[in-house]
Amino acid sequence: MYRYDDFDHRFIDERVAQYRDQVRRRLAGQLSEDEFRPLRLMNGLYLQLHAYMLRVAIPYGVLSSNQLRKLAQIGRRFDRGYGHFTTRQNIQFHWIKLEETPDILAELASVEMHAIQTSGNSFRNTTTDPFAGAAADEIEDPRTYAEIIRQWSTLHPEFSFLPRKFKIAISAATEDRAAVKMHDLGLYLRRNEAGEIGFEVMVGGGLGRTPLLSHTINPFVPRRHLFSYLEAVLRVYNQYGRRDNLYKSRIKILVQSLGPKKFAEEVEAEWNASDREAVALPDTYVREIAAAFAPPNYDRSPTDEGAITRDAAGNSGFARWLKHNIATHKVPDHAIVTISLKPIGETPGDCTSDQMDLIAALADELGHGEIRVTYEQNLVLPHVRRDRLFTLWQKLDAAGLGSSNIGLISDIICCPGMDYCSLATARSIPVAQDLSRHLAAREEAIGNFSIKISGCINACGHHHLGNIGILGVDKNGEEVYQITLGGDAGNDAAIGAILGPAVKSGEVTASIDKLIDVYLDRREGSERFPETYRRIGAKPFKDALYAPR
Amino acid sequence: MLLVEDGTLGEDRWRHLEDDEAVPEDPAITVSLARWLKTRDTLRTHNGKLGLRLPNNAAPEEIAPDLDRLDLIVLNFPKFTDGRAYSQARLLRDRFGYKGELRATGDVLRDQLLFMRRCGFNSFVVGERAVAEEWGKAFGEVDVFYQKAADGTPWVMRQRLGKPN
Repeated sequence: MYRYDDFDHRFIDERVAQYRDQVRRRLAGQLSEDEFRPLRLMNGLYLQLHAYMLRVAIPYGVLSSNQLRKLAQIGRRFDRGYGHFTTRQNIQFHWIKLEETPDILAELASVEMHAIQTSGNSFRNTTTDPFAGAAADEIEDPRTYAEIIRQWSTLHPEFSFLPRKFKIAISAATEDRAAVKMHDLGLYLRRNEAGEIGFEVMVGGGLGRTPLLSHTINPFVPRRHLFSYLEAVLRVYNQYGRRDNLYKSRIKILVQSLGPKKFAEEVEAEWNASDREAVALPDTYVREIAAAFAPPNYDRSPTDEGAITRDAAGNSGFARWLKHNIATHKVPDHAIVTISLKPIGETPGDCTSDQMDLIAALADELGHGEIRVTYEQNLVLPHVRRDRLFTLWQKLDAAGLGSSNIGLISDIICCPGMDYCSLATARSIPVAQDLSRHLAAREEAIGNFSIKISGCINACGHHHLGNIGILGVDKNGEEVYQITLGGDAGNDAAIGAILGPAVKSGEVTASIDKLIDVYLDRREGSERFPETYRRIGAKPFKDALYAPR
Repeated sequence: MLLVEDGTLGEDRWRHLEDDEAVPEDPAITVSLARWLKTRDTLRTHNGKLGLRLPNNAAPEEIAPDLDRLDLIVLNFPKFTDGRAYSQARLLRDRFGYKGELRATGDVLRDQLLFMRRCGFNSFVVGERAVAEEWGKAFGEVDVFYQKAADGTPWVMRQRLGKPN
């Protein structure tokens, strides 16, 4: 994986010193909270209901075992012994003291990490495929480009005060595992007929109050001109994006109001007028960065598949885990392992410091020291030999990390909600916990299914993209939950539609149960929920949920 | 107070004319964009130095043909969170080749100075609370840059390639 060079080290040390001085000025009263706010936000520090929350960037969701151990240590020393992995491949610590934050950032810097731009109206963490470098279906490793974009978007002098935040996602595989189309700017890596690498650029996706999927504004931007094209998009947005209304400030609203075609023309005009060569990305440089993501030294001796079959036959828990948590690796005899952070009845995405230490140790022992974070709030060991899977599962299971529910209905995406977020209007974690407990018994029968829960309209829990989405809202002081159906992420991304009136907090689980009944009753063959929903429409679901008894 | 690039504080020696204010004989003056567009030909014959105040929703293209006659362009940050003037500054410097003084006014805070300078600003109207050494320090807190910008400072990709600029 990418390692800092002298430039990166120097930069990160300077930033820590700068931030330490800002905190000093704040504590000495030289800065008001109003003046300090933008500075702390540039470093990912939020003030929440109970305490400060620090959001640490995990660039494109990639961690080394050493970095994960450091996060465990920070959780132990500065928080309450755990951290929360987010839907943007980051981690949050929820019980932080302001005066300790410079030390936390210094600790992070010691393992080449930071919290820069995990909030504020600028570029956020660029996200990508958690299976990058291991997936059988990728054209090239997207981490190379995610890292190039990470650096370019770090403290960009022109684009640090945009109308609103700006999220970029990139995928280089046939299957989109990064929900690219819901991002402000999405990139699909493409190879043209001449064999050259470039990007399909999609703009204007986003959830929140106005959920929209992005539009392709250029089918192929040559890799060499990535920076100039991105700058053209951002310059159009910076100048013409709305700034009068927080809820209409994302680029998706500008794209919507101009129309994707007109927006594309504006970008094209800006791009044509710019000096592309001045910021051209040379092939030699791409190769240099790509070298950092060279594959690990795989052990290519053959696996005894018979042994795996025997272990699975003798242990139904392992068999189930093999079925749900393992994905195909591009190298024979290897597997991509997803570690579920969704034990039944627990908080999605939470991970204790002890668990982090264990996963780091297992990554060292069995997985070339690499860990990934998924936007679904799980962790991945991307390179594990198949003949070590049984050992791995046993150790994970002993630590409460053996849940076999990846892609199943208890693999719920959930924002922190009102307990931990000052924006939230309703609790989301207890809803997820109750649903998970209740639905676990029949999740095998239900099969692939996504429930996504947000505690407010900002939609950090991606509820619009859930097969079933749940949005908590405050209605005259009471928490009620709106249900949307038919959403989907990935290649077939779709925004769910609101089913009807919101349900009371105590009735969410029973309501979802009824909707699942309809699905199980009406699905044909291996139809996924969105397909059934599109085929039979909303009415059967409405009837089941709202019919008077 | 006025802060200049080298970190020293000074006085503003320009007169910023209202639209209905008569043009004085020779001192350095600035006018609004509206006034400039209306009376550009007369103003060009002014004896002293000429400056222009460009609102942050104006396209720099509008004044591109006049840049040879302008000694000062004042850009505005109504709130520090409104970053439109950063793009205006880069366009004026990089695309239209403006070489004169580029000044930031409005909600100009210490911790945005470095961004501004990188986008091409070289003077800053700062509040009375500004302390020269404290504010001047802001320019040097970070000296590793990951992007090409208008100030010509070396940037990391090119430094790694051995061609700093």
